[in-house]
Amino acid sequence: MSNNLLVSASPHLHKKESVKRIMWLVTLSLVPSGLAGIFIFGLGALWIMALAVAASVITEFALQAVTRRKITVLDGSAVLTGLLLAYNLPADVPFWLPIAGAAFSIAIGKQVFGGLGQNIFNPALVGRVFLMASWPKYMTTFVKPMSYDAVTSATPLAALTEGKVLGNISYLDLFLGNRPGCIGEVCILALLIGAAFLLLRKYISWHIPFSYIFTTGLLSYIFGAKTLFGGDWLSHILSGGLILGAFFMATDYVTSPLTYKGQLVFGIGCGIITVVIRLWGGYPEGVSYAILIMNAATPMIDRYTRPIIYGS
Amino acid sequence: MKSLIREFTKGITVLNPTFGLILGLCPTLAVSTSLFNAIGMGVAATFVLVFSNLIISALRNFIPARIRLPSYIVIIATFVTVCELGIKAYLPGLSKSLGIFIPLIVVNCIIMARAEAFASRNRILPSIFDGLGMGVGFTLGISIIAFIRELLGSGSIAGIGLLKSNEFILVMILAPGALLTMGLLIALSRLLGITKR
Repeated sequence: MSNNLLVSASPHLHKKESVKRIMWLVTLSLVPSGLAGIFIFGLGALWIMALAVAASVITEFALQAVTRRKITVLDGSAVLTGLLLAYNLPADVPFWLPIAGAAFSIAIGKQVFGGLGQNIFNPALVGRVFLMASWPKYMTTFVKPMSYDAVTSATPLAALTEGKVLGNISYLDLFLGNRPGCIGEVCILALLIGAAFLLLRKYISWHIPFSYIFTTGLLSYIFGAKTLFGGDWLSHILSGGLILGAFFMATDYVTSPLTYKGQLVFGIGCGIITVVIRLWGGYPEGVSYAILIMNAATPMIDRYTRPIIYGS
Repeated sequence: MKSLIREFTKGITVLNPTFGLILGLCPTLAVSTSLFNAIGMGVAATFVLVFSNLIISALRNFIPARIRLPSYIVIIATFVTVCELGIKAYLPGLSKSLGIFIPLIVVNCIIMARAEAFASRNRILPSIFDGLGMGVGFTLGISIIAFIRELLGSGSIAGIGLLKSNEFILVMILAPGALLTMGLLIALSRLLGITKR
């Protein structure tokens, strides 16, 4: 995307692209994963998505109306934030949890800074971290897939952190999403379909997702087991929210670096922090914290990876 | 008399230590988890502010400029010790919950700032009113923050539970809640014109 932002010498060609169009297309690219989530966890997942999207749209509308700013709820960014937040929730949370999280995402994560384009942190992740800190009990209770009743189970990542071997979950299960987890993160296949669409249409570049996933895989291979170079790197890549985070949240235009070089630094930084939190931190999953920490570092990365301007 | 009232009210509104000057943040952020603690902290700081301003103002012509800051610290530390021992003797519960933050009033920026910026240049009576106003402003600021945090974070007011539930917003009584509440209240006080940009 960053080369689309470069201003070159005239003549310029007008493209149909707009913020609104991109936001709706990213939302579209998330649909396969949402359908997979509904299929795996039941209709409850659909309700959570609907509530989160509705709450974030209403919050955005209300805040823009109160502060008498231009109402921009139709640009799709609030819908996208609500949807991404819902994808980061377990399927059986109480109904008010997605509402509270989405309202917090939009109000504190986005509108406080002045709306779309001004926010420092990814709003959906701000909402997720808020929910994680406030109601950890709901955020870490996961239902078993395909059971449609509230049988709770540990996530593969929690088992990996405790050093256990994933006996009953195969790589294929992880790839197709037959494992406990958050609604939108489990089905890697569906996520990759959406990601391929975004990559082929050049709405995202490969730099952040690939450097992020590669770093996570490499470091978990080196340090993931008791001896060096013996970690179960494929499980680390396929479990948790890595694929969802790397393709759909770390690549957020507003909160990631502009240049390719900066994006590589961003992705590698996210990977290092994710592995550190997963292997040695207090939480089993570190993707959301890793992306948020690197969001904070983005202005600095942009400053040090500024392209050289010839002739100046 | 009018100027004395002005010295008193400016600490509550325009120069409010919490929302206007943004001073003394460590106790404001750390102790504002419950209203009871916040009021205790505010009253203790007000006591120290009033008496240190009084003594520093009275001695302002005798303290050599080069050693004024050490002298202020000695004076402030004296009153902090009085305050600490008093709280320990009569309010052991409060002493336990405030802990290290009572002795830390010695290095509270509000008190040093008022000693340096006001008491060392003004007569005794205005200095007392300045200290009182700043103290009340600080107490109000920290109490408002504590009220909101305690209500949202543990569903109670000054330790009295309102609802029998445990679905409260846990993050509000953790560190991020303090910074969030404080930031939003600063924005609100500027919006309402109580403090200036």
